[in-house]
Amino acid sequence: MALPVYATRLYRAWDIIFKCICAFVFFFLIAPIIVIIPLSFNAQDFFTFTPEMLNFQSEGYSLKHYNDFFTNVDWQTALTNSFRIAPLATLISVALGTIAAVGLSQSDVPFKKLIMAILISPMIVPLIISAAGMYFFYSRIGLQGTYIGIVLAHAALGIPFVIITVTATLVGFDKSLTRASANLGAGPIRTFLKIQMPLILPGVISGGLFAFITSFDEVVVVLFVGSASQKTLPWQMFTGLREQISPTILAVATILVILSILLLTVVELLRRRSEKIRGVSTE
Amino acid sequence: MPPFFLKDNILTESKQIVHQHDLQKSLKRSQVRQKVNALLLISPLLLFILITFVFPIADMLFRSVENQIVSRTLPGTIEELSKWDDDSGLPSEQTYFLLAKDLKIAVENKTHTRLGSRLNYEMSGIASTFRKTGRSIKKWDIDQEINYKEKFLNIDKKWGNIEFWRLLKLYSPKVTSGYFLNAVDLIKTTEGISQRDETERIYLFLFQRTIYMSVLITLLCLLMGYPVAYLISSLPLKTANLLLIFVLLPFWTSLLVRTSAWKVLLQQEGVINDILVLVGLVGDLDRLQLINNQFGTIVAMTHILLPFMILPLYSVMKTIPESYVKAAKSLGANEWTSFRRVYFPQSIPGVGAGCILVFILSIGYYITPEIVGGTSGTFISNRIAYHISYSLNWGLGAALASILLVAVLILYYVYDKIIGIDNVKLG
Repeated sequence: MALPVYATRLYRAWDIIFKCICAFVFFFLIAPIIVIIPLSFNAQDFFTFTPEMLNFQSEGYSLKHYNDFFTNVDWQTALTNSFRIAPLATLISVALGTIAAVGLSQSDVPFKKLIMAILISPMIVPLIISAAGMYFFYSRIGLQGTYIGIVLAHAALGIPFVIITVTATLVGFDKSLTRASANLGAGPIRTFLKIQMPLILPGVISGGLFAFITSFDEVVVVLFVGSASQKTLPWQMFTGLREQISPTILAVATILVILSILLLTVVELLRRRSEKIRGVSTE
Repeated sequence: MPPFFLKDNILTESKQIVHQHDLQKSLKRSQVRQKVNALLLISPLLLFILITFVFPIADMLFRSVENQIVSRTLPGTIEELSKWDDDSGLPSEQTYFLLAKDLKIAVENKTHTRLGSRLNYEMSGIASTFRKTGRSIKKWDIDQEINYKEKFLNIDKKWGNIEFWRLLKLYSPKVTSGYFLNAVDLIKTTEGISQRDETERIYLFLFQRTIYMSVLITLLCLLMGYPVAYLISSLPLKTANLLLIFVLLPFWTSLLVRTSAWKVLLQQEGVINDILVLVGLVGDLDRLQLINNQFGTIVAMTHILLPFMILPLYSVMKTIPESYVKAAKSLGANEWTSFRRVYFPQSIPGVGAGCILVFILSIGYYITPEIVGGTSGTFISNRIAYHISYSLNWGLGAALASILLVAVLILYYVYDKIIGIDNVKLG
């Protein structure tokens, strides 16, 4: 955004102010996330920088909060539970979601708008309402407080993301490819697995990542539908934040931030790959 | 799979002569088959969502009006009461006899206390009456006793209160609007619907606060998001992608991580207060209370929802051609006029989408207000959670949730009209 030579002094001043505002907003967005990283290495049980830390003395830093995370039974059970729930929920969302997205992408599906609205609804309805409804209904059918109950609930929450990403990939899909495959004698299943699937795979994977993150990060529904034996990582963090806040939370938070950076990178790479496959140029 | 022989070119290449009529029929058949195929592919997921998600929501809506507990616990009494004229004084001896009979069974199933706490929502003190009565009735031998009316009155004078009986009759139908009235600070009494006592009115105030804070958060997001989205959209793609990371990283970071970050930063012994003390803006002893109040909720939620404002704004601004603003300038408009009259109107769809999205997400938020909101910064959703897990007044919780749900659905309808839900972009 280079300024033109004819820019007035007033405009030049405004331009500087404008850039300062933007810088402030970027700072506001990123600083709270970045600041917890050094704080998680605090040798004291404080939530602020100690003088030793500010002077970069090595005794100000330690790994004790990380150590606590990896040895504490509560945190480890929570972590295990999260990893027991999220992958299975993701698998269900992706499997059902992808098949449905293929169906939805066909021309003139009856009641398409209504069906789409129903499938997207778990993303629209506020979580507290979904959680309340699931709590009532799942207690009626005996799923409240069970592992299966949470997996099903999380799968439902992840489905809109799979539907959105996979239908988006299918928009640019060349239908003559499936016709050609059928022409050459392949059955519908074979055509799907050999022709369609490899082409929409980036969309399926990024939809899956969204579904995974949704489940892995979800706390409201778990609080209501789950019971103490299904305590997940976010649940443990939530109770920690509400009751006795311990600095271990900062270590967990740092690990999660790194995880999200990794995920962000993967999704971006997938997006580029998908565009390349479909012949849409990014630049 | 679509039948390939329908392709015109294949058809002309083949030497087959197909009658027009046959072709039409076969086309129709294949279209029907295609529709059925598509629906078959969708149906497993549709069924799944219906069972795991739509039925629960419907169940919740049902609970907000459901009131079977009275007629189920006291079936005989209610039937007798329906014949009772409530201006003619206390119910008959027969009613009291049936009440004793019903309560005897209820005590065995331990359902009388639940009925007591249900009716307690409408008239305080009833729960203890039911508990007390339950204890005495256990010792009774029904059919052997006489003068039930007197016996009941001896246990608790409430049984001789005509208002109490009117209330029981009022809440005997299987469906009630009581919870919804309660959710908007009204009460259904024997004299009709009236406002609750001033001390008991909290929900309208909470709804108001939820809306007020959500509007404030939305405006803050717009104020901060618009310049940033404008900057990113006007930069060359390479730089823009780099800056987008600043928006996407918070977007991808766990909600609880961001909330804990704010909890840590805003504490009285936290980083922000430390800096303020260091700079000398506040004394060490009067550190600012930045958390567990409205300020905490607004700051943390603005931070959390800001990416939801920037991303739709950016995707709209990216499509605004530069040439329009240039044309305006070459026609003599200055920077401000060309922005106000040419650029801004074209960015309105993005503003609309971002604002509605942020507002919808905000009014249903639960986690962040719960952690950083204290008592003055909580939303209606926190009250819903309270009724479901602590007060156990599920009906009221469901009624509050239903009102919130309707509000959100209306807003989404508007959003769909402006943007289209299918155009939701992720990442």
